[in-house]
Amino acid sequence: MKKTIQDLKVLRNKKLTSDFFELELKAAEPLPELYPGQFVQVLIDNVRNVFLRRPFSIHDVNYQQNTFSLLIKLAGPGTRQLSYTEEGDFLNIIYPLGKPFTLDVQGDILLVGGGCGIAPLLFLARYLYDNKNIAPDILIGGKSADNLPDIDKYKAFGRVFLTTEDGSLGMCGLVSDHTLLQKECQKYSMLYACGPEPMLKIIAGIAKEKLIECEVSLENLMACGIGACLCCVVDTVDGNVCTCTEGPVFNVKRLKFS
Amino acid sequence: MIDLSIKISGLRLKNPVMVASGTFGYGLEFADFVALSELGAIIVKGTTLEPRQGNPYPRMVETASGMLNAVGLQNKGIDYFIAEIYPNIKDFDTAIIVNVSGAKVEDYIKVAEKLNDLEKIPAIELNISCPNVKQGGMAFGTSCESAAEITGAIRKAYKKTLIVKLSPNVTNITEIAKAVEDAGADSVSLINTLLGMAIDAEKRKPLLSTVTGGLSGPCIKPVALRMVWQVAKAVKIPVIGMGGIMNATDAIEFILAGASAVQVGTANFIDPQVSVKIIDGIKDYMERHEFSSINDIVGNLIY
Ligand SMILES: Cc1cc2nc3c(=O)[nH]c(=O)nc-3n(C[C@H](O)[C@H](O)[C@H](O)COP(=O)(O)OP(=O)(O)OC[C@H]3O[C@@H](n4cnc5c(N)ncnc54)[C@H](O)[C@@H]3O)c2cc1C
Ligand SMILES: Cc1cc2nc3c(=O)[nH]c(=O)nc-3n(C[C@H](O)[C@H](O)[C@H](O)COP(=O)(O)O)c2cc1C
Ligand code: FES
Repeated sequence: MKKTIQDLKVLRNKKLTSDFFELELKAAEPLPELYPGQFVQVLIDNVRNVFLRRPFSIHDVNYQQNTFSLLIKLAGPGTRQLSYTEEGDFLNIIYPLGKPFTLDVQGDILLVGGGCGIAPLLFLARYLYDNKNIAPDILIGGKSADNLPDIDKYKAFGRVFLTTEDGSLGMCGLVSDHTLLQKECQKYSMLYACGPEPMLKIIAGIAKEKLIECEVSLENLMACGIGACLCCVVDTVDGNVCTCTEGPVFNVKRLKFS
Repeated sequence: MIDLSIKISGLRLKNPVMVASGTFGYGLEFADFVALSELGAIIVKGTTLEPRQGNPYPRMVETASGMLNAVGLQNKGIDYFIAEIYPNIKDFDTAIIVNVSGAKVEDYIKVAEKLNDLEKIPAIELNISCPNVKQGGMAFGTSCESAAEITGAIRKAYKKTLIVKLSPNVTNITEIAKAVEDAGADSVSLINTLLGMAIDAEKRKPLLSTVTGGLSGPCIKPVALRMVWQVAKAVKIPVIGMGGIMNATDAIEFILAGASAVQVGTANFIDPQVSVKIIDGIKDYMERHEFSSINDIVGNLIY
């Protein structure tokens, strides 16, 4: 898949919660084909303490408008700077990067996201709904109700289940505690998960135990994003491989998750 | 006409801008962004005799104006390079230089001998300065005796252009440079990364799996410039300068300090097209200052 580097225009910067915002970006040329699970590398120029590009998953795509969006959670100086971007600003972006989720699936599908890991799930849910005729179950977790950004959007593509750590919305606890995973997950032919590593490890454990196919999207620290620096590696059955080129999506059977 | 071409011993390059080992993969990774034929040379990833897994994750920390890495020479070994990579890159219209690493002198020699036979590899860069491997690597580059020993051994085994890459993690880099010059190096390149460290105070933990790593990027540029300037005065062979070059002005500064050519490293991660922008910027500079040959700027510093 050919990668490009482009200055994309910020059409909208929408604050969703105290720590989530969404950037809608417009390309001057037709978008390349984008797939759920792929990511972009954003240049954040002239900001103290930000040297490298920052990776973000593709959150949603609109080919008619030539736009795609990023769902970003405030984490440090880079994401803070991005939260200040205004309509009409341009962001220098390298994309599309990485390998997508396996999209040739059927049967019941569960998407699980926690923290900023929910970002790729909207695009994935839309893709499955539009192209595979699948309405997946979508399980999303956060710290509290006001940490869950724009959950209604997901309802257009499947059934949405929520967990919050403080119990303010949905089930109280972590996503991995939800009954869908703890009790009912046998019915799914595929689990897709994205979020903090401890969460992914628990879900990978469940999937392995129950012999369910499971793909996780990793968020390893990256420098280049294009397979040149070898900084982003994850330990797999094939040894160290780059998450930016062979991932960020991996089948858990390939990972040496401990 | 502006003449950007340079010569490093028997090796003629179309311009003085190379991309640094470990920061440009095998060139293929950048083919979507850069016309590789425009580059002076591509120094491919550090290559060892046997495959190496490198160090465990985390291997990278962003620092103020730079980054630390502890990749530890992950590569699939020279035989894999020859069988699987070389056929895909040998016809690039630029000089492909292989960066050679190892733990033992014999390993370096074996790799150099194999590379000797590859028609489209006109030069090697001997990495005696990698701070991220336990044995060998930097150890060779930190004393005059071992640096001269390994350079001499490779000089016998390798017939084409031999560049030796120097470590900045030494007390006196000019002595090492002179030692490798006397041992038969055609050129020296510098600097490799500076040994550094980063800590997460909240967790009271080092941020790299190896605790220490190699610092690169603009934060090392003043140190690199100083070392290039010192070495260029001390040796007669061409010096290849690098360390924190982000734009054409940085590159010109290295050339003024005495470098005949430059390498662009970490900057490729931030702008994959930076190397060609630097070539264009050097041309602009030469036009503005009415130089017709790049060689007229080398070491042309006014005190
Ligand atoms: C492939 C990929 C896709 C991603 N997708 C998204 C996304 O869609 N939305 C989103 O909000 N974030 C996403 N992230 C994480 C995002 O890149 C980081 O949060 C961001 O780089 C932090 O930059 P910063 O300057 O704000 O904070 P920094 O100062 O760089 O970091 C703040 C804190 O976050 C930690 N951190 C930084 N980068 C990462 C990372 N890559 N993974 C885990 N922890 C990190 C740091 O250790 C530090 O403690 C993704 C990461 C990857 C690798
Ligand atoms: C991720 C990374 C990997 C590197 N790998 C190698 C290597 O394999 N061999 C080598 O000689 N130098 C290696 N280097 C050092 C660079 O080639 C260069 O000497 C150094 O980064 C300084 O230049 P810069 O500041 O422009 O990056 C590496 C640097 C980085 C950042
Ligand atoms: S981030 Fe550089 S190789 Fe993956």
